[in-house]
Amino acid sequence: MGMPFYVSPEQMMQDKAEYARKGISRGRSTVAMTYDKGILLLADNASTLNKISEIYDKIAFAGAGKYSEFENLRKAGIRHADMTGYVYSREDVTARSLANAYSQTIGSVFSQEMKPLEIEILVVEVGNSTEGNAIYRIQFDGSIHDERSFSVVGGKAEELTEAIKSRYSLTSLKGALKICLEALKEGNGQSTDPESFEVAVLDRSQQGRQFRRLKTKELAAHIKA
Amino acid sequence: MAPFQLNDPGSSFHDLLASQYPNLLLGRLDTKIVSMEKQSLLDTLPHGTTILALRYQDGVVICGDRRATEGYTISERRIEKVYKTDDTSAIAISGAAGPCIELTRLFQVELEHYEKLEGTLLSMEGKANKLAQMIKANLPMAMQGLVVVPIYAGYDLNRKTGRIFKYDVAGGRYEERAYYATGSGGRDAKGTLKRLYNSDLTAEEATRIALEAIYDAAESDVATGGPDMLRGIFPNVKVIDKKGVRDVPDDTVKTVYEEMIAQLRGK
Repeated sequence: MGMPFYVSPEQMMQDKAEYARKGISRGRSTVAMTYDKGILLLADNASTLNKISEIYDKIAFAGAGKYSEFENLRKAGIRHADMTGYVYSREDVTARSLANAYSQTIGSVFSQEMKPLEIEILVVEVGNSTEGNAIYRIQFDGSIHDERSFSVVGGKAEELTEAIKSRYSLTSLKGALKICLEALKEGNGQSTDPESFEVAVLDRSQQGRQFRRLKTKELAAHIKA
Repeated sequence: MAPFQLNDPGSSFHDLLASQYPNLLLGRLDTKIVSMEKQSLLDTLPHGTTILALRYQDGVVICGDRRATEGYTISERRIEKVYKTDDTSAIAISGAAGPCIELTRLFQVELEHYEKLEGTLLSMEGKANKLAQMIKANLPMAMQGLVVVPIYAGYDLNRKTGRIFKYDVAGGRYEERAYYATGSGGRDAKGTLKRLYNSDLTAEEATRIALEAIYDAAESDVATGGPDMLRGIFPNVKVIDKKGVRDVPDDTVKTVYEEMIAQLRGK
């Protein structure tokens, strides 16, 4: 029988964090940005496997990193929201409660499992006014950030954040799209072909379910005009 | 309530409840608690209805009266029995009011839940089948008298036509090609539909026929409410076509009834 190894908790956490960061940095980015009538979600994603999803009337989800892992989290979020809405009422489903649930789950995976989740997610909620909007960013270790105006997850998030920061102001949907695409071009050296993006909005002027996907055609019209 | 689930229980909300929270499900209550005589239990629960649906050129019209009764008492004058279930379908309910409304809520969440998880809509056929399974799961309660018998109608986006499904208490699902009515006043309503129906109706004509059928049912059935001009309570009508589900406004229904009554007076 060999001697059991001793690894200090600091070292273990550091290794796990490094592993998770590495995994996430390989992926593409997703942006959430407040515009005058709601929140825009834009993922650098040409595939039919979605990174952005509706969760509830006013709540949406965006994931970056390992698809299988954030897809699981997305589904768990929808179950959580639908269950809360069914047992209580639709207005009792909030992004804050959901973000906390995510934070707890992701945090305990990080501290208890061998392999941390290689993901970073956004939970966003459109309010009755811009001040009422909520953007929560949750990292691989369960740490949760309450963001204002915009947030970026995924690879090259720092470069993109800088590029958006220098351009951001509260504007129309068209303006917000422009800011995102310009920043992607600068931060990632990326083309702005409408087919290479997955875009959705939470539009507070819509009745009931406020999540809506922008199809390639609509997106192209916004970009061109 | 509502803990966070990481293991995947599938895309059905109904199945999620069945596997993880069976106490929240219809028909899973401990049936031993029902100790009253069946008949006296039924007398204390709101029930009694006329609901109907008929196809027209572009889709389907679905309609229900507003009365709920407990025995010989009117317990509710403005209950709603027709509910939108998603963008292209609606349900009309008859039976014991409580379980009916609960089933409707559950079915609405079921359709939305599936759509969000799978990123695609269920087919009309798929929705009708799922509803049948949910009614079947309610059979233990139905045996106690807590019956749920809906009509489900909608626009089938794949087949490009309106469709009507009727159900029995055991979850039997049957498709109707033209029209159907059920509830305590269903028999009388069906007579009217049979007399006036043809396959080439416009939405307005179909709405008028539906309202006339409810009127006739209310004349013969104590548990069905007709137009209540005094209080301004009118049957609920929804028109469903490829563009979606829309309510026929009370004012329109009122006008239809005023014309109908004027005609009856003239006879």
